[in-house]
Amino acid sequence: MIEKTFDAIIIGAGAAGMAAASGISRGGFSTAIVEREDHIGGILMQCIHNGFGLTYFKKELTGPEYAEEYVLERLDDNIKIYLDTTAVDIKTEGDCKRVITYSASDGIMALKARAVVLAMGCRERNRGNLGIPGTRPAGIFTAGLAQRLLNIDGYVPGKKVVIIGSGDIGLIMARRLSWTGSKVLAVVEIQPHPSGLPRNIAQCLDDFDIPLYLSHTVTRINGRNRVSSVEVSPMENGEPDCSRSFTLDCDTILLSVGLVPENEFSRKAGVGISHDTGGAVIDADMMTNIDGVFACGNVLHVHDLVDYVTAESETCGRNVVNYLHGKINKETQGAVVPGANLKYVVPNKYQPERENHFYMRPLILRDSAVIEAKAGGKTIFKQKLKYVKPAEMISLKIPAANCLGIPLGEKIEIGLIEEK
Amino acid sequence: MKKEIICIVCPVGCHLLVGQDRNKELTVSGNKCPRGEVYGKDEILNPQRTVTAVAKINSLKIGFVPVKTDKPIPKALTNKLLSEIYRKKVELPVKRGEYLMENFAGTGANVIFTRTVEE
Repeated sequence: MIEKTFDAIIIGAGAAGMAAASGISRGGFSTAIVEREDHIGGILMQCIHNGFGLTYFKKELTGPEYAEEYVLERLDDNIKIYLDTTAVDIKTEGDCKRVITYSASDGIMALKARAVVLAMGCRERNRGNLGIPGTRPAGIFTAGLAQRLLNIDGYVPGKKVVIIGSGDIGLIMARRLSWTGSKVLAVVEIQPHPSGLPRNIAQCLDDFDIPLYLSHTVTRINGRNRVSSVEVSPMENGEPDCSRSFTLDCDTILLSVGLVPENEFSRKAGVGISHDTGGAVIDADMMTNIDGVFACGNVLHVHDLVDYVTAESETCGRNVVNYLHGKINKETQGAVVPGANLKYVVPNKYQPERENHFYMRPLILRDSAVIEAKAGGKTIFKQKLKYVKPAEMISLKIPAANCLGIPLGEKIEIGLIEEK
Repeated sequence: MKKEIICIVCPVGCHLLVGQDRNKELTVSGNKCPRGEVYGKDEILNPQRTVTAVAKINSLKIGFVPVKTDKPIPKALTNKLLSEIYRKKVELPVKRGEYLMENFAGTGANVIFTRTVEE
C-alpha cells in the first residue's frame, strides 16, 4: 500500500476544496486534494448558467468559468491533486490523521497529515426521503442528477417534465429543459411561496409560461416501466387534500427538494454533526471536535452563492495555516447561538478580540430587518439588512472592536429582528 | 399601459412597474439601481436574454462543452440560436473564451466556450 505524508489533506476539489487548498499551499505547507471525479471544480462544472462570481470576481460568470478562473488565479502547482480517488476512511493516530483512499491507478493509499479539511459538498434529497406514494417507474431524477446527465453527458432526461420543488436548482432546470426542447408542464411547490429567487421565477418560469402550483404537492406517481403521470393535490391545513387532486400526464419527474451535506466520511472520523445544518459543529477556527479536522463549503452548511463558499473556505485555509504553525487558541473561545428568526449560525464559536465572520440563514421574508448580536445581556453589534429571505444566506462580520470586553466564556446570541 | 415585471439583472429581483408618461415615453419605477431602469425599458421595447447551452464535442471525457452568448440577444431569436448550437460538432481542443459562433444573426453577440477542453 502506498503511504504518503502531507501537511494537509483536503477531501474534495470543488469550490470549497480548491479555496482551502490554495491558502494552505501558499502558506508554504505541502497540500494534497483527494477528488473522486475525474476533474476538479465539483458541481460548478455542470452549472452552465450565469450568475456566479458577482461578488468574488466582480463579473457575472457561468459555473465552469468561475472554476477555471479560480484555478488560474489561485491554485498553485505545488498542490498534489489525486483525481478518480475516493477517500473511504479516516483514523486519528496521535498527532496525525490517516486517510485511506481507493483509486484505479494508485490502488489503496494511506495519506497522512496533521490537518484534514472536509470539503465534500452535498447530496440531493430524493424520492425515498419524501416517500411519495405510487409505482417505481424509470424517469424520476433529482434535479442535479438530471443537470449532470444533460449538461455533461448530453442525455435529455425526458420530454414531458413535472418538477417537484421551486428551489433555484429546479427553476434553472425548468429553463434548461425548455431550451432543450422538452416541455415542462409544471413546478409543484408545497410551501405557499417559492423557495427560489424571484429573478429565477421570472427568467425560468414566466419566460416559458410554465405554471407554478404553490401550496401543492405530488401525492402519487404513476407508470409501469416509465413515468406516465403524477397526481397533484392542494395543501389544506398542512395536509394534502386528495379530493381536489388533478393529474398531469408526463414522462419525467425532477425532484428539487433540498440538499443534505455529505458527511458519511466525517462520521467515520467521529466528527460531531449539527442537527440544524446537517454539517459539522465547528469552533471559531472552523475546526470540528476532532483536533486538526476542519470543514468548509456545502459539507458544512448548504450555500446559495459560490462566492460565499470561496470566502468561507479561504478563511478555513488561513485557519489551517495557523493551526499548522501551532497558533490556534481554543480556551478563549465562547459559544455562538442562533436567536430570533434564524435557523442556524455558523461557526458555533467565536474568538474574542478579533473580527468574527458568521453565516446564517433567516426564517423570515422581509424587505428590511435588523441583525443583533448580544453577549452578557448587552447588545454588542447591530446592523440593518435589506431583502431578507430564507433563500438567501446572510454573511455577517462583527468587527474586532465589538468583540472586546466580552466576559470569558460568555455566549453570543445572534438574532434577526423585524422592524416595526 | 402599465406592466409589472421582475428585474432579472441581479439576485435582488426588484418588482418593476413600467408605464408611459404623457409624451408616450416609457417610465420605470420600483428599481433600486439604474440597471433596473434600463432592463425595464428593454423588456418592453426589445426583450433580450443571455443564452447558455452545450455543444457536442469529440472529447473522451465529456460529451458536451458549455457555451454562452457573450451579451444578451433578442429573446425572439433564442430558439434559432439554440437550433444552430445543437447542430454543431466541436473539435478538440477548445479554450474558454474562444468563439463557437461569431456575430450571431447580426446581433453583435458571439457564442463563446465557457470551459477549456483539451482531451
